[in-house]
Amino acid sequence: MKVQPAILSKAPNRSVRYVYLITVFFLTLTGFGQMPIFKRYYIADIPGLGWLAQFYVTHYIHYLAAVLILALVSYLIIDYLILQKKRIRLTASGYVRGTILAGILVSGIFLVLRNLSGGRFVPEFIIFLDIAHLGLVMTFLIVAGYCMVRKRRWVTQR
Amino acid sequence: MGQKISRRAFLRGGIAAAAGLAASSIPGASAAAAPQEKTQLATLLDISKCVGCEACVEACSEVNADKYPQPKKPFPKMYPKRVPVEDWSEKQDVTERLTPYNWLFIQHAIVNVNGEEQEITLPRRCMHCVNPPCVKLCPWGAARQLENGISRIDSDICLGGSKCKKVCPWDVPQRQTGTGLYLDILPSFAGNGVMYKCDRCYNRIAEGELPACIEACPEDVQTIGPRDEIIQKAHALAKEINGYIYGENENVGTNTIYVSPVPFEALNKTIEKGKGKPHLKPVKDTMAQANNLTTAMALAPVAGIAAAVGKFVKLTKNRQ
Repeated sequence: MKVQPAILSKAPNRSVRYVYLITVFFLTLTGFGQMPIFKRYYIADIPGLGWLAQFYVTHYIHYLAAVLILALVSYLIIDYLILQKKRIRLTASGYVRGTILAGILVSGIFLVLRNLSGGRFVPEFIIFLDIAHLGLVMTFLIVAGYCMVRKRRWVTQR
Repeated sequence: MGQKISRRAFLRGGIAAAAGLAASSIPGASAAAAPQEKTQLATLLDISKCVGCEACVEACSEVNADKYPQPKKPFPKMYPKRVPVEDWSEKQDVTERLTPYNWLFIQHAIVNVNGEEQEITLPRRCMHCVNPPCVKLCPWGAARQLENGISRIDSDICLGGSKCKKVCPWDVPQRQTGTGLYLDILPSFAGNGVMYKCDRCYNRIAEGELPACIEACPEDVQTIGPRDEIIQKAHALAKEINGYIYGENENVGTNTIYVSPVPFEALNKTIEKGKGKPHLKPVKDTMAQANNLTTAMALAPVAGIAAAVGKFVKLTKNRQ
């Protein structure tokens, strides 16, 4: 039997792709919501978006979305290694996006550890984590936008 | 007496404690000893002793004057217009609330003690939470927690977004517009000054000195020491006066422990609350909801891997 690849850009895995896109959307939205900008710039005034100005709410949803992305990334990596590796390979843009995403996840994990009671890093490292996390997200959005416009896929057939 | 014990405890961890104490003629006040930096230090406030003289308020202002904002005027025009300009530079003498120029104030309550109406006064400032949301949720790392439990805002980094105030259960940090890093970035479009609050005289503590408010108090209202010892003392004092404790469990624990002869619920009803005037209500763990998801985060990769392996097993079975 032919094994269907669980890749983001293939029709049989549309559900995985949608889960990924929705998760990334909420991560980005609530991530930017950690800065006090949505109220200042009237976005939280839009009916239904008032929660964007509530820091504990955006923080909680960011964590929820982080749970999803961690599960999804783990699923895709293992699926690739045990089922897809012979059939498909990561493209150059896939490597770039994957590397940036890995950086976002690693810096995010450190920030989660920082937020635990007793979790303390030196202040300079925390500043580095905050800036790195935000910088990597912005880089990821630019690269992802470019790939979307230029129709660059994460993977291709071997 | 209590003050002497507390000061001794405060200095216990000092590298040069013995030498410092031997050399010092004023007990604890200027001992040349560095406190143990990794121990969370807490303060105990016996509010039955407070007479509301404001000696602590004056000492705080005097000692921390060089940390106060020096805003540049005129302020940059802010966009959009809803962004509030918060200027306290012309009201630096305000002492009846927290401001960027007043990090400690005396709160007044009229309560019934043993059938007698009585005024109770208590010093209010940052509670220095054990797990401070202002520090944890600051998007730039401008708010930081020192290993000795002090949370402070770095005025060189803070952009004045006021998030720390919004997430603080007591709305403690106060903003001054027209100062800080934001002036060098996009002053009209991002940031709005610097947030200020009590830093419990971190620089004095680092040099083995007491915070100014503790040193100046003529009634020995406050004592400082390792948190576990301060908690023990608070319980002993509460038992002795049949009193009540605030700050031990608020927001899962703070490093500012009040002991009162009357319930804090009663005090909270009568104190003036509002902007720059914190309440005395019970406070739940503000970080709990998100932090409870940490376990789910740790298990998420396991779930993802299990799903992929499950798919593999299913496909292998189908192939057979």
